[in-house]
Amino acid sequence: MEYFLQLVLAGLTKGSIYALIALGYTMVYGVFKLINFAHGEIYMIGAFTALIVGGALQITTDLAPSMIFLISLVAAIFFSAAHGATMERIAYRPLRQAPRLTALISAIGMSLILQNYVRLAQTSDFLPFHSMIPDIPWLTPGVSPITTTQLTIVVTTVVVMISLTLFIKFTKMGKAMRAAAQDRIMAQLVGIDMNRVATYTFVIGSVTAAIGGVLIANHMGQINFYIGFLAGIKAFVAAVLGGIGSIPGAVLGSFVLGMAESFGAGYISSAYEDAFAFIILIIVLIFKPSGLLGRNEVEKV
Amino acid sequence: MKASFFKTLRTTLLNALWMMLITFPIMVIKVKPRESLVSWRWMNLLWVGIGTFSLSWIWRYLLSRRDKGSKLNAGRGREVLGLLWGKKKIRAVLLAALTLLVIWFPWIVNLYQVGIITSGLMFVILGLGLNIVIGYGGLLHLGYAAFYAMGAYNYALMYLYWGMQFWLALPLGAVSGALFGILIGFPVLRLRGDYLAIVTLAFGEIMRLLLLNLSDFTKGAEGIAQIPRAAFIRALSLQEATNYLFYICAVLVAFSIFIIRRLENSRIGRALEAMREDEIAAQSMGINLTRNKLITFALGAFWAGLAGVILAAKTTYINPGSFTLLESVMILVAVVLGGMGSIPGVILGALLVTLIPEYFRALSDYRMLMFGVVLVIMPIFRPRGIIPKLRKHYTVKEVDCSS
Repeated sequence: MEYFLQLVLAGLTKGSIYALIALGYTMVYGVFKLINFAHGEIYMIGAFTALIVGGALQITTDLAPSMIFLISLVAAIFFSAAHGATMERIAYRPLRQAPRLTALISAIGMSLILQNYVRLAQTSDFLPFHSMIPDIPWLTPGVSPITTTQLTIVVTTVVVMISLTLFIKFTKMGKAMRAAAQDRIMAQLVGIDMNRVATYTFVIGSVTAAIGGVLIANHMGQINFYIGFLAGIKAFVAAVLGGIGSIPGAVLGSFVLGMAESFGAGYISSAYEDAFAFIILIIVLIFKPSGLLGRNEVEKV
Repeated sequence: MKASFFKTLRTTLLNALWMMLITFPIMVIKVKPRESLVSWRWMNLLWVGIGTFSLSWIWRYLLSRRDKGSKLNAGRGREVLGLLWGKKKIRAVLLAALTLLVIWFPWIVNLYQVGIITSGLMFVILGLGLNIVIGYGGLLHLGYAAFYAMGAYNYALMYLYWGMQFWLALPLGAVSGALFGILIGFPVLRLRGDYLAIVTLAFGEIMRLLLLNLSDFTKGAEGIAQIPRAAFIRALSLQEATNYLFYICAVLVAFSIFIIRRLENSRIGRALEAMREDEIAAQSMGINLTRNKLITFALGAFWAGLAGVILAAKTTYINPGSFTLLESVMILVAVVLGGMGSIPGVILGALLVTLIPEYFRALSDYRMLMFGVVLVIMPIFRPRGIIPKLRKHYTVKEVDCSS
């Protein structure tokens, strides 16, 4: 029973992280019909920025750990968002009228560039990441089933999700995004600036990914330049599973995927942990390409 | 003129400042958490600034040129080449010279060079195979390394368990690659575009994980060593075997070019082209999409299987690490760089992708970065590749009806 509970908690934690990344995927896909392959890299950059800023502050100053955590979180969010927006400007904006496959190739290239930029500028080794989240006193390690980081991850994800839903529903930019997702040309005709929508979409996606990156780095304890690839692919699987383009779908898909992985690794075989996501992806795309909460798309000539 | 110059100067300066700002933590600060050391590399900041400033200038110029639409001279070099190629005599002379060069090549250079060129040729075969799937079929395939692995492991395992020889393994590897292609093709028939790309990626990764984890059968991460080189009547010395493999590769490249050129103009080739342009329209013209997609996958996988067997015979050692996503991406770079659907383009692309990192060893650390840059830049500035595919033109002779 305890083992089962542990697996549930591990699945929830994983699912929350996937959800934070999948939100960005699903928003970009919803508006631009582009699989932003480099999205996982943004998450990695978030984690790296937090490590660098947090590490530098820890070594050179004597601020309280919670302050350091907050500063590095803000830095990670800012720099990830800046990278996301710049990436859109350089690689995707000139290709907005191009066929979808062309943009996908460009996205694969962007992913390689960002990975190797971090590898060359920093290191290709795994770097230890000292957890900066201060322990909550009533969650004694070993006694309570959930750790502080796990709790933080799940709570943060829920908060981010709710605020994002509110943003999309009620703000002007949120409405513009929904309009653009429904019909891009019509949205432009009623005066929506697609470039602004693009920047906002990429910035918001990058912010959530950066939060995910910082949290997972605190949870796992080590990072390297390659963590973005697998996390990105899995978040994409989660987004497809939930129905790509749909925000509640992305969250639902992430939790389902997190649980499936956790139980698969716990009860079947941990060697194939990464394969479960791919198998789920193939099954979903073959039998229900619109996902759990997605709408069917009609193909026209 | 002057005003626009200052405007460009201002934006490029701003771009440079922006890049300096956003790359600041990653480029400048380096933390060593284990030793509690922080180093500040201010010089990097300067390089980022200068680099962005100049690149941004070039970028703006190229972009403005692209938007003005100087598409007319895109295929001019190709046309001149095509004209020369069209003359039968010149073509015969060129082909003869090329054949002689290939035959002489191993005798005028050392073993190392022969090895490098052989891997280049192997990559040409891979590129030509992927070109069928992407260039003709229009199906973006990101799991191509799985087919390649199929060929290589076929030879290695059949040697390991049954002692099979190279010449038997070569056709078997290719055919099993093709069968595997059909097997993967079936479930993904309904998918297209980006979904297809992701699913093929998933298949590629599953294949790698299987090779890695079925260690009783495939020897897992340890890999399979001491696979025999190709033998010709008797076992050959290293020098002879390397030269022999070079000749085999050269012949196979010629064979592939011949077959693929024939394919391009065949009924299947035309059907594939129609399918790539518009699936629904093609279907309504009576083209069987299922059949054509399976053929595309099978043909692409056939060449990958062939190249896989050669790889196993060349390196005599294989492990799952040789068949990662990066390998698939590298083949994709070759096709995108050279020009999707263009045979000379893909050959050039494959040679560039393999030979440049070999000959400029100092750059090998930047290899993957360069590939990324190629994949970002090519679609924007030269979407049809270095040597674009010539599209078919039909000119109708006007018939004088008056008489």
